[in-house]
Amino acid sequence: MRSEADSGGHFGDFGGRFVPETLIAALDELEDAYARIAASADFRSELDGLLATYAGRPTPLTRAQRVSDDLGATVYLKREDLAHTGAHKINNVLGQCLLARRMEKPRVIAETGAGQHGVATATACALLGLECEVYMGEEDVRRQALNLFRMELLGARVHPVSGGSRTLKDATNEAMRDWVTNVRTTYYCIGSVMGPHPYPTLVRDFQRVIGLEARRQILEAEGRLPDLLLACVGGGSNAMGLFHPFLNDAGVRMIGVEAAGEGLGSGRHGAALCAGVPGVLHGMRSLLLSDDDGQVFPAHSISAGLDYPSVGPEHAYLAGEGRAEYVSVTDEEALDAFVYLSRQEGIIPALESAHAVAYARKLLPSLPKDAITVINLSGRGDKDAPQVRDLLAARRSEPH
Amino acid sequence: MGRLGERFAALRARGERALIPFVTAGDPDLGVTEALIPALVEAGADAVEIGVPFSDPLAEGPTIQRASERALRSGTSLRRVLQLVGALRSRVDVPLVLMGYANPFFSMGEEAFAKAARAAGVDGLIVVDLPPEEGESLFAVARREGIDPILLAAPTTTPERLAMLAARTRGFLYYVSLTGVTGARAELSRGIEDAIRGVRTASDVPVCVGFGVSTPEHAARIAEFADGVVVGSALIDRLEAAPTAADAVERAAAFVASLKAPLRR
Repeated sequence: MRSEADSGGHFGDFGGRFVPETLIAALDELEDAYARIAASADFRSELDGLLATYAGRPTPLTRAQRVSDDLGATVYLKREDLAHTGAHKINNVLGQCLLARRMEKPRVIAETGAGQHGVATATACALLGLECEVYMGEEDVRRQALNLFRMELLGARVHPVSGGSRTLKDATNEAMRDWVTNVRTTYYCIGSVMGPHPYPTLVRDFQRVIGLEARRQILEAEGRLPDLLLACVGGGSNAMGLFHPFLNDAGVRMIGVEAAGEGLGSGRHGAALCAGVPGVLHGMRSLLLSDDDGQVFPAHSISAGLDYPSVGPEHAYLAGEGRAEYVSVTDEEALDAFVYLSRQEGIIPALESAHAVAYARKLLPSLPKDAITVINLSGRGDKDAPQVRDLLAARRSEPH
Repeated sequence: MGRLGERFAALRARGERALIPFVTAGDPDLGVTEALIPALVEAGADAVEIGVPFSDPLAEGPTIQRASERALRSGTSLRRVLQLVGALRSRVDVPLVLMGYANPFFSMGEEAFAKAARAAGVDGLIVVDLPPEEGESLFAVARREGIDPILLAAPTTTPERLAMLAARTRGFLYYVSLTGVTGARAELSRGIEDAIRGVRTASDVPVCVGFGVSTPEHAARIAEFADGVVVGSALIDRLEAAPTAADAVERAAAFVASLKAPLRR
């Protein structure tokens, strides 16, 4: 199938541009610059060069033999955890920061949840000599203290955000307010396939490298396409990057795994695709965790990167079309998968990516033994180690 | 012609400019708002913008963010704001304009909202994050119910787009005086006058200036070239600083009277 936005940035009923008038000109400017610059051979070769020699691409596709044996399936891991800064986020920020430099915007701002996008943006800005300011919710600053330090070490200024739920949603509000104020000199580097048009398309295009490589690598390793793709979905950039190059391959099933948090029935989760309603937030129409009065309610997840009440509009579209499926796993299941992958393969996954692993553990035993699955290991878990240590300690001390 | 059109025609005939205060409905509760709005009208407000609180008000500075949080904490919803307008309608004859963010309106349903808004007596609608390209269907339904969809223009708006917005807005064009969020400012931005003279060459729609307008001096300056001013954060700052609800109403009314004075000729 074809999945491209129309000229207004709509993927079916979703996407678009729901922003204050002040930002319309900036989005037009970005759309024009992106069309003009990103397609040029010059830009492509500069970006490809950085992806290869700086970010460490292509990332490997690792056959996870002990997991395969355990689940009775064939499992490969796309190793975005091995990309520079430890997650797939670098693919997008190198593209956007190169674009910012060519648009002559000396100042880059970003929102961050887990801190991975903030760290990646700070990294690209250090590399390219751009000024960098990052908005991060106070709750996430607490959960991801190490990433705060990394960003500062890389020369970024981090603004803790105290409004609302003090997580990614509120950091995004504050980044938008900064952009509205400083729009003439500032490039807003959005971290996922979300926000107003053209961001969902632009970020997806920069993340497609994941799927393009995986496609080539699995053909090399197995001589055929995979049966199943699995990726976690918060905003949805790692999943979209993996899925998009396979959309025309009808035999490839794709499943996005959202954060069920404490359970979909608890009201404390981050599963906009599984449990949201159509709504407007952060410049886009998508699926949204919103109450009967149209107020957005805070998401919850063990993983800061999935703690977001909406999702990229193209995912909402693919869900509606039935081309991709979306499921959710709980905090507990993700925590178990975090430990599981560490022990089975010697790979400590990010808590975000552990959601995809958790769903593989549920689904794969029911699939034919020769089915091939590619799981996007979107990031590494070092950042989560202190939090997981505390959670496991708390679990051990609970009465049985 | 609706109440907004009539009001601006009458003001123009008298050579007078409009003062439009903004208050967040339900801040700190709907009872206070219901007492406040008639007092503002009594003090000289020509229309009132009633803020519909939203959980994620991304064009607002700290003052209106806090007001929205207080309003949501007191249980204010779009439906209850419409009830408030219904209750006020028999007490005040000035245009009442709702201002908010898209999601609560979409969530209620475009048709259901527009019919309820008409029944309550809403005259105009401003949706901060809904440019006309995305708002076509909501705005069409609103117009059918006699509610004026008021569009915003900003300093970053191109001249071609400014002409389009001036042609498509109803009631008045809301000119955002600065590139930034709402909030009281010491100084007015430059360039407002040129932009508004640009609108005048394309359209005779009334133009009101908001965002950052904070003092009678600002109002006097804007009166030289625009049809009116919108004052929000500077008013809410005064409400916040008052020790009691009665004091808040009194201080707000006095501030509104001081803003209106230079707008009379």
